[in-house]
Amino acid sequence: MTLSLSKDTIQVLKEQDVVFLKNRVKETAVKIKMGLVNQTRLLTACSELVRNMMRYANGGVCLIEVVSSGRNNGVRLTFSDRGPGIPDISAAMRDGFSTGKSLGLGLPGTKRLVNEFEVKSKVGEGTVVTIIKWANG
Amino acid sequence: MDKIPILRLGAYLLVSIQVDLYDRLALNLEADLVQMVNKTNAKGVLIDISAVSIVDSFMGRIIGNIASMSKILDAETVVVGMQPAVAITLIELGLPLKGVHTALDMEKGMKLLRSMIDETEEDVKEDQTDNDFITE
Repeated sequence: MTLSLSKDTIQVLKEQDVVFLKNRVKETAVKIKMGLVNQTRLLTACSELVRNMMRYANGGVCLIEVVSSGRNNGVRLTFSDRGPGIPDISAAMRDGFSTGKSLGLGLPGTKRLVNEFEVKSKVGEGTVVTIIKWANG
Repeated sequence: MDKIPILRLGAYLLVSIQVDLYDRLALNLEADLVQMVNKTNAKGVLIDISAVSIVDSFMGRIIGNIASMSKILDAETVVVGMQPAVAITLIELGLPLKGVHTALDMEKGMKLLRSMIDETEEDVKEDQTDNDFITE
């Protein structure tokens, strides 16, 4: 059972918003006493996902939550956009697959950096990516 | 618009990234640096990332690009001062930064750069003596 302790919604439409978002994520991670390496993992994951959102969907919304499950505290990030959607999620999760001109590490790399990872997407409607990083996970 | 300064020191270019990079800043740095290598005839590029707390796949690609672009302009690149947490995330992300020389700090980086450049210069000298021999 995962409880949400605090919620914070941030609109990401331009590049300055990305910097602001990363700062808020960092503050949240520091608040729950996440270690430095996990903070870096979470922020890198956030950076990858927010870039996808900017590049493929021209921005979207990120929800930052502090979540708690038993004795574990963590940060949950939910990125929602109204972009074109991902037609083949299993292909997008493969290393080296990209429809843009990137390395294709974004989604599979992000999955390796966080504890929980979920993508929901509908072509033509948008994509929702949810990740959780536990403070000591 | 922010800009990352590129300092010239003899045949070397020094870049110290003191802010967290965002995409456009990194792309500008890539373009500026490659132009500077060309303009100043630099033999080596030293990039200090000790103040950078996040390197994601995009940034990693830019670092790799800078190294390969400088290489084909006959300059070596060394990246110094990577934070341990950044190294961990880069590998977990799946980005081993192959082809990029790294060193722990500025001093070791400079030493590595010098040794790489000396080696290539010696090769050139040897080639020249060979040529002299042939012409004689």
